[in-house]
Amino acid sequence: MANVGRNTPVRKFDAIVVGAGGAGLRAALQLSEAGVKCAVLSKVFPTRSHTVAAQGGVGASLGNMGEDNWNWHMYDTVKGSDWLGDQDAIEFMVRAAPEVVIELEHFGMPFDRNEDGTIYQRPFGGHSMNFGEKPVQRSCCAADRTGHAMLHALYQRNVRANTQFFVEWMALDLIRDPSGQVLGVTALEMETGEVMVFHARATLFATGGAGRIYSSTTNAFINTGDGLGMAARAGIPLEDMEFWQFHPTGVAGAGVLITEGVRGEGGYLLNKNGERFMERYAPNLKDLASRDVVSRAMATEIKEGRGAGKEGDCVLLKLDHLGAEVIDKRLPGIREIAKKFANVDPVKDPIPVVPTVHYQMGGIPTNYHGEVVVPKNGNANSVVPGFYAAGECGCASVHGANRLGTNSLTDLLVFGKASGNSIIRYLKENPGLKDLPKDAGDRSLSRLARLESQTNGESYAEVAKDMRRTMQKHCGVFRFPDTLADGVKKIREISDRVTRTEIKDKSKVFNTARIEALELDNLIEVARATMVSADARTESRGAHDRSDHHGRDDVNWLKHTLWYKEGDRLDYKPVNLKPLTAESIEPKVRTY
Amino acid sequence: MDVVSFNRLRWNCRRGLLENDLVLEKFLERHAESLDDVHLAALNTLLELDDNSLWSLLSGRTEYPEGSGAEIYEILALLRTC
Ligand SMILES: Cc1cc2nc3c(=O)[nH]c(=O)nc-3n(C[C@H](O)[C@H](O)[C@H](O)COP(=O)(O)OP(=O)(O)OC[C@H]3O[C@@H](n4cnc5c(N)ncnc54)[C@H](O)[C@@H]3O)c2cc1C
Repeated sequence: MANVGRNTPVRKFDAIVVGAGGAGLRAALQLSEAGVKCAVLSKVFPTRSHTVAAQGGVGASLGNMGEDNWNWHMYDTVKGSDWLGDQDAIEFMVRAAPEVVIELEHFGMPFDRNEDGTIYQRPFGGHSMNFGEKPVQRSCCAADRTGHAMLHALYQRNVRANTQFFVEWMALDLIRDPSGQVLGVTALEMETGEVMVFHARATLFATGGAGRIYSSTTNAFINTGDGLGMAARAGIPLEDMEFWQFHPTGVAGAGVLITEGVRGEGGYLLNKNGERFMERYAPNLKDLASRDVVSRAMATEIKEGRGAGKEGDCVLLKLDHLGAEVIDKRLPGIREIAKKFANVDPVKDPIPVVPTVHYQMGGIPTNYHGEVVVPKNGNANSVVPGFYAAGECGCASVHGANRLGTNSLTDLLVFGKASGNSIIRYLKENPGLKDLPKDAGDRSLSRLARLESQTNGESYAEVAKDMRRTMQKHCGVFRFPDTLADGVKKIREISDRVTRTEIKDKSKVFNTARIEALELDNLIEVARATMVSADARTESRGAHDRSDHHGRDDVNWLKHTLWYKEGDRLDYKPVNLKPLTAESIEPKVRTY
Repeated sequence: MDVVSFNRLRWNCRRGLLENDLVLEKFLERHAESLDDVHLAALNTLLELDDNSLWSLLSGRTEYPEGSGAEIYEILALLRTC
């Protein structure tokens, strides 16, 4: 049995960082190097965090390949966000980007290089020079292992700075006192099954995304949105959760990404009748139209009964006509992925694919200092003392309704560092550690006790599967009013079922069933926030695309959504169109 | 395998890359019950690798260096069928 007694042990720190991916490691480094006594908690060994999957690179206007500057990067980011991004945060990020990339180089990150020794930069979709005129090379990478190299460089540096790691510890709940101030977290040590209170003056969440709310996602199994679940349970709203970026070609049933390069080399999509349907949706660009156009066409084919496969729930990516030689040479790795995860050899047969969830634009609301902000006493952005968020779990909001490729690695470096600096400042100004509230561990302990004593409950794995299917079917890449409304009803029912899940294995040490049941508590909050927010937003903007409301509606919807767990209710706050120093980039139609 | 070793192994199979998660999940379903100590140790050795190197091995793009015990190659062969 887990320790559900009254005498939960307590450890004290100046600051706690939950999460050891790119964002958590960057923040921890800032803190440790400033001499702050800081603990980093992670469910897995730091270098196994999901940041390791990033290949495309990190965006910064270094201008190593030709002219570039932060004003252009800013314009691309605002336009990419479909004007839902906050322009103060965007200016802050793009201006800080070159500096954090150079710092990373000094930390030992093995960036690809030009002959003159400067960092080599690749082109990437959506990045342009001179305000959309033509493509620019802005992405800094380390071969196809950018995320891996970043994690390793940051981890080594943290070890040197004596950051204290708690690996295979799962944070369970946020601790707030009656005034709302954050005083740390409760956490479960997997090795022993014991719960401990981490009592601190400042707490940063860097827990990554929640792609696992969908059945088709490119995200690894650990991406269960724990930070969002913990925040929601503690009364913090979640911002803009209806905005999820989909990648058009994930392997059906598995989610593994098939690179856009396949269509670049001449591969194309077919429906169940063998029709090359993109010709109908995008007569000129066909299969090379932008991600959202292709994804929407695929979803429409499936919804209208022309999907392929036994369940009619995918389309087919044909590339056999390219021949084995081109496939092996120009598209390395694709055959292995198709064989392993779709059981087809693309040299002979098409790969079944579906639009697949890739990145979460929304998250825990913060300002550009990484401080968590909530509406209070008429102030839409009132700071929650002692609470910070950065990386994919945070929403500053720089990505708005749609993220530009390479901007999330930029985001986690810039806001990881900025939140570290904010914490250092806060600790100086607020020296004393406030007492823990009496009920500090209660929420976690009662969640654990409930799991311990539940009988006649449902298997958590079954409920999780139903949640994923419901999200996929009712809140996919292209959204229909009837399926959304129905989806809200269904996800609320599933949310009730989550409160009655049962685990058979009650052992203490490394009880993975218990861990996964606890993760489901977090996933379901994210799922509900997503469905309810999407149902309410009656416009199409960025990644949120509705069949009944084409186009953006700036008169009614140029605002951020805030979802509250309590009451399952929504609120809204204005988008900040005012940059720090630059001129505002006024909303206009987004075409590429 | 006892429950604790199995649970520990299962968590060790949570990776940063979805590709690895999927292969390891299938492997556990099919073979975890019949793993002996020697092969469990071999599997744990492979799991020490970083995620990119592990995926290169699992997908057959690279080979494990020669000169290790037979059980490593046996486990790798099984993993590649998953
Ligand atoms: C296939 C793929 C390719 C990508 N390529 C790019 C790219 O080229 N460029 C780009 O900019 N972006 C890319 N992205 C997006 C980018 O990789 C992620 O947004 C980013 O890495 C997230 O980093 P993070 O630090 O916020 O979280 P993560 O790296 O996901 O780390 C989360 C951390 O939190 C810990 N954690 C979670 N919950 C708990 C808990 N309850 N208790 C304790 N610890 C916890 C985890 O153990 C982990 O250490 C890609 C994404 C995918 C899926």
